[in-house]
Amino acid sequence: MKTDNQKAWFLVLPVLILVAFSAVIPLMTVVNYSVQDTFGNNQFFWAGLAWFEDMLGSERMWNALGRQIVFSGIILAIEVPLGIFVALNMPKKGFWASFCLVLMSLPLLIPWNVVGTIWQIFGRVDIGLLGYTLDSLGIDYNYTQGFYAAWATVITMDVWHWTSLVALLAYAGLQSIPDAYYQAAKIDQASRWAVFRYIELPKMRGVLTIAILLRFMDSFKIYTEPFVLTGGGPGNATTFLSIDLVKMALGQFDLGPAAAFSLMYFLVIMVISYVFYIVMTNLDKEEGGK
Amino acid sequence: MTLTLENVSKVVGGKTHIHPTDLTLEPGTMNVLLGPTSAGKTSLMRLMAGLDQPTTGRIIWQGDDVTGQRVQDRKVAMVYQQFINYPSMTVYDNIASPMRLLGLEKDEIDRRVREAAELMQLTPQIDRKPLELSGGQQQRCALARALVKNAGLVLLDEPLANLDYKLREELRAEIPKIFERSGAIFVYATTEPEEALLLGGNCATLWQGRVTQFGPTPSVYRKPADATTARVFSDPPMNFIDVEKSGDAIRFGKGQEIPASTLGRDLADGSYTAGFRPNHLALERREGMLGFSSTLSVTEITGSETFVHLDHEGQRWVGLVHGVRDLEPGQELTVHLDPRHIYIFGADGRLVQPAPYAEAA
Repeated sequence: MKTDNQKAWFLVLPVLILVAFSAVIPLMTVVNYSVQDTFGNNQFFWAGLAWFEDMLGSERMWNALGRQIVFSGIILAIEVPLGIFVALNMPKKGFWASFCLVLMSLPLLIPWNVVGTIWQIFGRVDIGLLGYTLDSLGIDYNYTQGFYAAWATVITMDVWHWTSLVALLAYAGLQSIPDAYYQAAKIDQASRWAVFRYIELPKMRGVLTIAILLRFMDSFKIYTEPFVLTGGGPGNATTFLSIDLVKMALGQFDLGPAAAFSLMYFLVIMVISYVFYIVMTNLDKEEGGK
Repeated sequence: MTLTLENVSKVVGGKTHIHPTDLTLEPGTMNVLLGPTSAGKTSLMRLMAGLDQPTTGRIIWQGDDVTGQRVQDRKVAMVYQQFINYPSMTVYDNIASPMRLLGLEKDEIDRRVREAAELMQLTPQIDRKPLELSGGQQQRCALARALVKNAGLVLLDEPLANLDYKLREELRAEIPKIFERSGAIFVYATTEPEEALLLGGNCATLWQGRVTQFGPTPSVYRKPADATTARVFSDPPMNFIDVEKSGDAIRFGKGQEIPASTLGRDLADGSYTAGFRPNHLALERREGMLGFSSTLSVTEITGSETFVHLDHEGQRWVGLVHGVRDLEPGQELTVHLDPRHIYIFGADGRLVQPAPYAEAA
């Protein structure tokens, strides 16, 4: 029987209000800035899509986007296989399993800016263990001046900080495989590689999808660690999208272009994540794995 | 192709999983391992397969000592309670995988895969992935994989336990067919006495890591060697009551006495335990039956049958009676039993006299 009771809307109301204040209203403020120009004094002038056109034609933004894509690509290419490798080699149970789990979670517990500070000091040529060692080995390492040194340090830092996440997720996936699968493979005389390729990998597919998505989104938004470490330098070498955005919005106070920029940034992340998700889940279906 | 276990035992971390066991499985036989959960069925199978090494004893396979040999080097096949297939492969590739690893010819593999798929009624699903199949089909696929290896020893560890009733019945009918074609030694673990009887062959009853009896399944059922075996091989478990033989009379519990007849005629005077199966208890009295007054605690109605849980002089009994009964928990109930259905066990639990009806059969 159909009832005409509209009171249920009141149950949804708190969520609507919460979402409005936490997401919709701030986002609309940004939209507001992106289509207007201001010279302070709370005076606004309609600018239409001018800022968007500006930004799309800006070499600076395209360069930052390029660096961002390369960075996320490298991060995923290292952290996902490395995380799986670590998970495969972690003990399955007992004291050492718990020990490894705690050890693996430690980097995840450290705040972003502390990670940046740790590596900033660690990599310094005069007092840092890493920088000093490399320097005394005769390697020309200086992350504040060398392009490759800066990139290598930022990437190593991210791998150190986030591989644990992939490893922990992969480990959880591995733990859920019943022992009987391994026994059956043994009885079949399957090789270690075959066990990985045909049992472990398909069974980890679900958690790996999540791991890749999380790592992509996070690395694409990276800000704090490289900001603390290199400040985006040397030159613009490690100026990723959000670093550039902050420079533009707060450094130069170009609120209009920065707002247009951040909206497009947001769209890019959303679209890429969506495509990722669709591709991975389709693969999932094809492989029949879970 | 005989599999012999000689004095095989398994101790893990100070706990005995399998007590020293001798067992000989003849070629081409169906062998049922019957016992409740954690009785040691899986442990015993793992030892037979070579997945675990025994703590003591030897395992002889076709005349060779294979005790230390890895499972990879033995020709065994195993099917588990969980449906184990390679998740990313099609049914065809799953069935083919063990043969590919053995390095067989492509045509030979193709022929055998199609044959096994046909036998297991998987031909329409041959290009699907395991997760697109029903539970029954997944287990058929696992059975087909075990079958194509032409292994001399096929181990089935409660293969039907995770299936629903209807699929279980269906697949259970197929297993003897597969078995007859293969000519291998089949070992089939189950917790259900009914399943053991349906499969026939030989039966080893297990209880707390010990094989309590091994022999042809019907004869183990009819003449359990001891009270433990009788308890294992009866679902619901066998009911017991203390009896006293003195002179020409047998006294049951605290109450009634009957003259010793076929039952108990040859017993020496003394205390014994009488056992009888739940399905032999009746609510209607027939000629020559004993009557026991008891209190009804619970009834469970399962379709055309009713389980009655009873309390007789502090002993808990279960009866299985036909029909749906209108009974009230707590009511007094007199249950009847034909003395020819009573087994007599000694104080040590050994069977002293099988039930007269089983002797006659």
